[in-house]
Amino acid sequence: MCDQTFLAITFGPCDSCSENRPLMNLYIKTEPINYCSLCMEIMACQGLASGETLKSLKAESETLRKKLEEERKKLHDVELEKVAEKAEALGELNMKTRRTLKGHGNKVLCMDWCKDKRRIVSSSQDGKVIVWDAFTTNKEHAVTMPTTWVMACAYAPSGCAIACGGLDNKCSVYPLSLDKDENLAAKKKSVAMHTNYLSGCTFTNSDMQILTSSGDGTSALWDVESGQLLQSFHGHSADVLTLDLAPSETGNTFVSGGSDKKANVWDLRSGQNVQSFDTHDSDINCVKYYPSGDAFASASDDSTCRLFDLRADREVSIYSKDSIMFGAASVDFSLSGRLLFAGYNDYTINVWDVLKGTRVAILFGHENRVSSLRVSPDGTAFCSGSWDNTLRVRQEGRGVGRELKQGGTTLYG
Amino acid sequence: MTIRTLRDYGQHYRPRMACLKNVEVFVVEMQDPKSGVKGADQKLNVTIIPHVINGQDVLAWIVTKMKVTTEEAQAFGTMLVAYGYIYPLQNHRKLVLVPDSTLYRFQTPYFWPVQKWPAEDIDYAIYLARRNIRKKGMLEPYEQQHYDNLHKWMNPKWDFIVMQATEQYKANKERKKPDRVVLDCQERAYWIVHRPPRRTHSAMDYGLDRLIDPNAEEVTGDITREIHSVYVPSVLLSFVKFVTTHHNHDPFLTTPVPSNPWITDSDEFWQLNSRSVDIPTKLSVERWVLSFWELISDPRGRVDFKLFLKKEHSAENMAFYEAAEEMRWGAASAIPEKSQFIFNTFLKPGAPRWINIDGRTMGLTVKGLVVPHRYVLDAAQTHIFLLMKKDTFYRYLKSPVHKDMQKRALVPAPHVFTDAQLEANVRNRNPGISPILQWQQEEEEKAAAAVAARPIDVKAMVATNKLDRK
Repeated sequence: MCDQTFLAITFGPCDSCSENRPLMNLYIKTEPINYCSLCMEIMACQGLASGETLKSLKAESETLRKKLEEERKKLHDVELEKVAEKAEALGELNMKTRRTLKGHGNKVLCMDWCKDKRRIVSSSQDGKVIVWDAFTTNKEHAVTMPTTWVMACAYAPSGCAIACGGLDNKCSVYPLSLDKDENLAAKKKSVAMHTNYLSGCTFTNSDMQILTSSGDGTSALWDVESGQLLQSFHGHSADVLTLDLAPSETGNTFVSGGSDKKANVWDLRSGQNVQSFDTHDSDINCVKYYPSGDAFASASDDSTCRLFDLRADREVSIYSKDSIMFGAASVDFSLSGRLLFAGYNDYTINVWDVLKGTRVAILFGHENRVSSLRVSPDGTAFCSGSWDNTLRVRQEGRGVGRELKQGGTTLYG
Repeated sequence: MTIRTLRDYGQHYRPRMACLKNVEVFVVEMQDPKSGVKGADQKLNVTIIPHVINGQDVLAWIVTKMKVTTEEAQAFGTMLVAYGYIYPLQNHRKLVLVPDSTLYRFQTPYFWPVQKWPAEDIDYAIYLARRNIRKKGMLEPYEQQHYDNLHKWMNPKWDFIVMQATEQYKANKERKKPDRVVLDCQERAYWIVHRPPRRTHSAMDYGLDRLIDPNAEEVTGDITREIHSVYVPSVLLSFVKFVTTHHNHDPFLTTPVPSNPWITDSDEFWQLNSRSVDIPTKLSVERWVLSFWELISDPRGRVDFKLFLKKEHSAENMAFYEAAEEMRWGAASAIPEKSQFIFNTFLKPGAPRWINIDGRTMGLTVKGLVVPHRYVLDAAQTHIFLLMKKDTFYRYLKSPVHKDMQKRALVPAPHVFTDAQLEANVRNRNPGISPILQWQQEEEEKAAAAVAARPIDVKAMVATNKLDRK
């Protein structure tokens, strides 16, 4: 695994606002300038310099883009499928629903696994956020948010807190307690403040920092304790719909996808957009890193999922089929990165072979859109949340097959 | 009077429905008189309705055209009905494709769902008003509700609406009966899709509005940045390599031993791989060998590595790495205190756990600590991490600690449960330890380890007469 490009971060007084911040090293007509990311944005918006018109700038950017494409094409020699011919073929996958979690009164919008591999937090349209022990299907905690459309929820790495947010433009952190009767809403902490709905949130490697993405086109990194904004990331020209943090040893980057069809990779320290991929034809609904951290997959409304490699700086594979015409809403990789699970708006889940680019299986069962899909941290199962108010945990169904009715819920095996 | 809402942040547009274009092409092919689905005339009461198709034919056609299984074709067919491209004639409220002789018709393109204009309330109001006139006030309950609502909200335009409705009603009367029936069915189907009755969902439900107008022209623009691309085939080979090395660790590809907890309802797999287990499983140990990052990501692996470091007397490297990680990802308010602690313990000349980094990095770090920020230890941390990764890790792999662990590692026998045992497992699912309790335990352990790692103060010990030899 190649080490990531180490961006030399200078930290010091910005040339324009003279505050101590991480600086971006820019070159304006070969002159080096050290601006902090906020001042850089202000400068970029200041309008045209002399001798430039909007038309000339557009033409210039078009030529640059064409050059970029040419350079990329030169390096494009083989397809992933040819290289992957040596990889052994997959056997038939027969997935069964192992647990059906019922309890939400409205569309399930988002879900996340806990690091203990069995607990799940899920949020829904009516403002309810529920923490389940998916193994026993018990509900452990439930919070009612004062807002509807809770589109983002995340479990803290320690397992002691959850974060959620939605139409209230905020991300709130709720510390979980062992006392079942305690009112979780009393200890709520508002962390992030955006100017539009919150579309995604995730904790970084600890409980103390949260990364959020919002419909106002920005993503931001926040300190949980103080609610302070640590870094903001500007660059999308439309709603940012999804984000994912890199699993690599350096852990300094994250990728975000938006309504402007772009997937951008950002550096957490400087706030800079280091790479951008715009080959999708429609809004990107979900991005997820490959387990090695060198690539990421994206799911889009144009009904395709694509694999982008960060070192080659290009798209390496498209997962699409003529018979799939409806947008993909969510993706995740299996632990080895061989399988890609994708949930679609036509109520199905397709399982793709990442290397060979073929579809391995199609799963039915949901009665409405599959809105979110995540593989458990140790890869033993995956859970899909849907607009039909349920969550389903699925695994392979070899051999074992019996049904047991217990109370009101049906358990499949 | 204009009412301005406080919440106007600019989200006005429906998200792009890219699927509509492709589905339209498909539906057009379906209607092709030669190669499409065969339709026939159907007698309904006294009228004859042309071009009626049945569910079976539609399903068979989709299967042949798309080369998919029946189940998938069924799902796709249901989506076609749900979006309103095909509508059922008899049970008009249930929008599914039933693969028998249930009758359907193709919707006229005028009523197809399009991106360009959503179904407006005013059109719905006119439709309901016209229906009201026709049915002489006998609307369905959900329609009545909508009607009352619209009447309240569109009161100023109500005269216009009623006028339109009456005009259309009169125009309709002039038409021939079969045409009238067909048009009525079509319009009713359109409104079922766009204004679904209670407790049914509409396929047109898309969630929240977005900032970007899907019908607007594309504006391209790009910031130039340097590409450091890597030759592509090597990149692709790395995927294959990663997948092959991790093949045995992926529960979807290789059945985990003793058994997958979700299938057999026994959580022994999780217990054997937990952080505090004495002897790890062979699979875990194999995973640690793959890379340094795998070793320290697994909590049990980290424990093993720390044991090795203790034997080598270089435990301060790992301690520094962990402390730096804590500072980087920790609370902003704790930074000055943590940086002070790290400086005193690891970086100060003569510090008790002094780490061995080159002079330049040390100089940079100490200088940066004057104004501590969360990334000030990055250079030092990277140096130590690379040192551990490139040197210590390989020595660990050859060390007796590791080799001994490899010999002792368990290979648990796969579970073979009878049906009765499986049912018993389901009833006795282990609730496990709450992650909150586990976290508290870990914190206590860390605090104890920190106390143990503190340097021994000889003077204090003498003062309390612990070294007294009497």
